[in-house]
Amino acid sequence: MAAATTTGREAPVPGDRAQHGIRQPLSSSERWLAVFGYLLTVYKRTWRGSIIGRFLSPLFFLLSMGVGLGALVDDRAGGVDGTPYLQFVVPAIVATQAMWVAMGESTYQVLGYIKWNMGYHAMLATPLGVRDILVGHLLSIVGHLTVATAIFMAVAALFGGFSSWWALLCLTIAVLTGMAFTVPIFAFTARQEGDSGFNILFRWVMTPLMLFSGTFFPISQLPGWMQPLAWVTPLWHGVESSRQVATGQVDWPLLALHLLVLVAFVAVGWVLAVRSFTKRLVT
Amino acid sequence: MFASVAPVTGDNILLSAKGLTKTFGDFTAVDGIDFAVRKGEAFGFLGPNGAGKSSTMRMVGCVSPVSGGELRLFGQDPATAGPAIRARLGVVPQRDSLDEELTVEENLWIYGRYFGLSRKEVRARAAELLDFAQLTERAKDKVDPLSGGMKRRLTIARSLINSPEILLLDEPTTGLDPQARHVLWDRLFRLKRSGVTLVLTTHYMDEAEQLCDRLVVMDHGKIVAEGSPRQLIDEYSTREVLELRFDAEDHKDFAEQVTGVGKRVEVLPDRLLVYTDDGDEASAVVHARGIEPLSSLVRRSTLEDVFLHLTGRTLVD
Repeated sequence: MAAATTTGREAPVPGDRAQHGIRQPLSSSERWLAVFGYLLTVYKRTWRGSIIGRFLSPLFFLLSMGVGLGALVDDRAGGVDGTPYLQFVVPAIVATQAMWVAMGESTYQVLGYIKWNMGYHAMLATPLGVRDILVGHLLSIVGHLTVATAIFMAVAALFGGFSSWWALLCLTIAVLTGMAFTVPIFAFTARQEGDSGFNILFRWVMTPLMLFSGTFFPISQLPGWMQPLAWVTPLWHGVESSRQVATGQVDWPLLALHLLVLVAFVAVGWVLAVRSFTKRLVT
Repeated sequence: MFASVAPVTGDNILLSAKGLTKTFGDFTAVDGIDFAVRKGEAFGFLGPNGAGKSSTMRMVGCVSPVSGGELRLFGQDPATAGPAIRARLGVVPQRDSLDEELTVEENLWIYGRYFGLSRKEVRARAAELLDFAQLTERAKDKVDPLSGGMKRRLTIARSLINSPEILLLDEPTTGLDPQARHVLWDRLFRLKRSGVTLVLTTHYMDEAEQLCDRLVVMDHGKIVAEGSPRQLIDEYSTREVLELRFDAEDHKDFAEQVTGVGKRVEVLPDRLLVYTDDGDEASAVVHARGIEPLSSLVRRSTLEDVFLHLTGRTLVD
């Protein structure tokens, strides 16, 4: 055991934290960076598998919807309000992919750290707290969203999915859209005992959202009573924002409103996540 | 009421509890317990599953909020100084919480970072600890295929990454084979010799006898006795025990026949325990009475006997 020999009464707090005794408290960035660092180590081990999955499924959508269906739409209707179908659908797929990535990263792994490998419990035995864990883990998902979106956007650009450099902003919007799902789903996951709730989420929330949030056609095509449903889901706001900036047809006040809704989902989700994590882990 | 080894007072107390209580809804897991742990000692909570040991440990580890009473570690209150206290604790949970997909050394590095150790400090410390845990050769292997004993040693190594002043061990050897347990005990002895204060829970009386300088016996959330293993045995049991087995469904029938042989008789489903200071003499008396058990065995009293006497139940079912 290393003994503190150099520290006397004048310096009761050793700079070297590996030493015995009272130590310098960790700054908040040190705390969440430690959690982030752990998840980065995990990612280094698993990124190959996840990258391929992330890349392929939106690529299939791109080919089938964008290129296949797009040719038909463009021939018959001259695109959607003058925009070629591929450029109409690609920004929406970007936002939708973010939702799926968010879903994938906020369910099984989170429940695993709560219940199966007890990773969060290990962290809570150290100076880290619930908020540090949440911030660290959520930031790692920001990383996942950024990587997944950037790769897909690069491929979509090669297919001619974007018409302007403004489309780069879709990356930020996709990350925000992903977080508008991730943070509330964290709160949801912390209340699960097993994975049956995730199946419900996938089948009855995510899939309908993808189909009816204006991803593949404008929601004005939906029956009138269904349109308000789209307004309260984060995906529609993500899709609309993404499409606006990508096509350059920006309605600023409307865009601001869309983004505000997404931010609100993150904020409310944060409050709920802190509450459900605390209830689950600090008992 | 309690026997104590030496006065538990002064500023060498690292951990103390007064009326410590933990409730979950209507259920009281820990029911107003008092204890104090001195610097450098090995202190144990002995009791059956469900006695409130783990709930106590989780409160001491500053992860579970105290429901009532007072708890102090290093003179600080976990409610207000949780992170500062946890920075000076090592925790070995009941269930290993290692990341089995990562390597042995990665598990240590990551854990060190949670305490704010620099990368350099973490690497140096991890190398020392792998040596201590006899895992140096497995440093680059994944955790998953390691044996239960190795995983446990890794968990202990991990808990030491921050040079803790108190090491909390919740059921450290449960589920391990005898050899792995002895290896683990040896490591814990070394830690104790190097000045680390050990606080552990166990439902194995041999573990409590081996490791603890002082212990409390817990049952239904309460402390029912306190002292050194030797003191507890002296106080609540006799020097020796005569175990008698009969060819019978119910050993109760034979209890009357041996009345008066020793100081006391306990009836278990499969045997009678006759408490006496001289087992051989008691055995002779039994035979003289014409009672013929299937087998008789004389052994020394253990903490199991203390527990049985105090609660009327055995520790491990």
